[in-house]
Amino acid sequence: MPENPNHSRTTTIHTGPDGVSRPGGVGQGEGHGASILLEEVTKQYPGQGKPAVGGLTLEIPAGSVVMFVGPSGCGKTTTLKMINRLIEPTEGRIVINGEDVTGMDGDQLRRNIGYVIQAGGLFPHMTVASNIAIVPKMLGWDKRRIAERVDELLELVSLDPAVYRDRYPKELSGGQQQRVGVARALAADPPVLLMDEPFGAVDPITRQRLQDELLSIQSELHKTIVCVTHDFDEAMKLGDWIAVFNEGAQLEQYDSPERILAHPNNEFVESFIGSGAGLKQLSLSRVKDVELRQPVVGRAGERASDVLSRLQGSGKRHAVILDGRNRPAQLLTARQLSWLSMVTDQADANLPVVGEQATLNDALDEMLVATTGHALVTGQRGVFLGMIDVESVTQAITDARTAASDSDAPVGLNSGAIPAVALAQAAKVHDDALPLGPDAASDAGGDRP
Amino acid sequence: MSAVADPTVLAAAPGTGPGSGAGRGAARRRGWRSLFIQIAVLLVLIVALFVWLANASLSEVERATLAPAELWRMTLEHLKLTVVSAVIVLVIAVPLGIALTRGPLRRANGVILAIANIGQAAPAVGLVVLLAFAMGFGSPAAIVALVLYAILPVLRNTMVGLDGVDSRLVEAGQGMGMSASAVLFKVELPLAVPVMLSGIRTALVLLVGTATLATFINGGGLGLLITTGVNLSQTAVLVVGSLLVALLALVVDWIGKVVEFVARPKGLA
Repeated sequence: MPENPNHSRTTTIHTGPDGVSRPGGVGQGEGHGASILLEEVTKQYPGQGKPAVGGLTLEIPAGSVVMFVGPSGCGKTTTLKMINRLIEPTEGRIVINGEDVTGMDGDQLRRNIGYVIQAGGLFPHMTVASNIAIVPKMLGWDKRRIAERVDELLELVSLDPAVYRDRYPKELSGGQQQRVGVARALAADPPVLLMDEPFGAVDPITRQRLQDELLSIQSELHKTIVCVTHDFDEAMKLGDWIAVFNEGAQLEQYDSPERILAHPNNEFVESFIGSGAGLKQLSLSRVKDVELRQPVVGRAGERASDVLSRLQGSGKRHAVILDGRNRPAQLLTARQLSWLSMVTDQADANLPVVGEQATLNDALDEMLVATTGHALVTGQRGVFLGMIDVESVTQAITDARTAASDSDAPVGLNSGAIPAVALAQAAKVHDDALPLGPDAASDAGGDRP
Repeated sequence: MSAVADPTVLAAAPGTGPGSGAGRGAARRRGWRSLFIQIAVLLVLIVALFVWLANASLSEVERATLAPAELWRMTLEHLKLTVVSAVIVLVIAVPLGIALTRGPLRRANGVILAIANIGQAAPAVGLVVLLAFAMGFGSPAAIVALVLYAILPVLRNTMVGLDGVDSRLVEAGQGMGMSASAVLFKVELPLAVPVMLSGIRTALVLLVGTATLATFINGGGLGLLITTGVNLSQTAVLVVGSLLVALLALVVDWIGKVVEFVARPKGLA
């Protein structure tokens, strides 16, 4: 039954201009996440010796994607469900955007936090539109606004409203159901989105596509997303920060994907990353992050001998010939140049070319396929930027591993001993997504048994 | 579940929408047709019974017992017993079933089901007569006995239906901030309706049959025809009584099926 949205036992609800109550005064309009702070949160089930979650303190910066990974039964899902209080913590506080929500009405809290579960969790007896409309209805929106919102959201998740609005969930594929599940969670524009293994039930190709879509939705909306997964690759792809949990929600490491790959805290994290950490690093870095080499450049219409003399003077092996629009046309060696009289802009279709947005993984793949050991990098409109070769990829990986040692990770630790300074800082910075300094992370390491 | 990977493929082919809609329509039409055939057969049987009754050579006494007005009165009495006890069963069993699937009462679940099982396992005749001794002869005692007898299928199916609702859907509802009662009325009960209704239909058919025993304690109903037929060796009366009860049960069953068919939430297979 829809209840008065303004009814609440606590005073921590701020009512936005649209009459929608939001927890923690989050009514900053569309596109703002809220910071979340778990403070020494413990979940102890009666009759069990060890707590499911033991004294976890975790800072989730506003607008970031935080992935919880760990083996099954490690307490990551319990932790997630304590954020919207589907599971009530036995001890500790949950603070969303600076306001303690531990005591507020749970139903009210949950109406302002998006929740996505595996396979979407759509109600089979309701159409796609009614599924999406559930939360707006409870918040008392009028019919027209709801109908407009439903169409808007279906567009957002790339489903044609005219086709899918009136369908029942069983008339959708798994991937489409999951899309509607995301749309439903976003219905009332909540600042926080919780996802519990959202893409676990779809085939790998669909999963990849859904992940890409989530990333593009996130780049538009900047929600705070907390997502549980058991797939480390998914965590790396989606996460700004990754929290690796062990049994009892013991936080083994909480850091950026790059740093976790480069400096796993311990053997547990290492084993969780699995083999090929170096290879995984390749798909984290992009070509534009690498220092490109500048070869000798020749222009179409130049005399080959001029280019050849420049090439011999430079001590480099290749000359890149650009066309009138600065696009790479040919890649010539000294030997090849010596046979020519004039360089033309006749494009060589087999040139190994990668865009600057490509991952190092893609670039390496291009080099291997072309068997050249190097590739030409192009920017917008195919303009030549420089060359990348195997050495520069290796160098980039080395650099990434050293650079990743500058940690700016958010606070995350298990013991009760949190430096008071860090907490005060956490309370202060919750709005601007600024994670805490490196001392917090090293404390986290030190406090672990 | 078909995992169509590319949404654009489907989006580009709006024909799939009406297509599946047509599939739904065809299934519903098939459902209606089979319901129509069932009631047609029942009507033919009822007409045949009365045609035979009009033409059979019956003794004076038999003819008086089987007078149409008299049959009508007894049928109404029989229906009254059935309907009153069915309503009481619903009022008791459905809320009880809901309560037993919630929170701390879940633990009482086994005990209550055991008691309900005893109600059904006890021989109905014995139950009727025992209650008559306790409460006095007449229809109230008969109704109590009928209620005890029919409560189990409704109670059990309510519980099974609610328990059968995917727990992830319940959690999805809670996760969206639906209150406990909203989850019950908007998610759990609608999804449990098919199972609950089939329990109610079973109970109704049981009640129609068992209501014949009311006659032993002066409770009225079509059972009178059967006891009279047996006691006075009037075969025709016995046969007509039995057939009427059977046909009534089938008609009630048919009505139950219609309700199930109509009330089944769209979107469920």
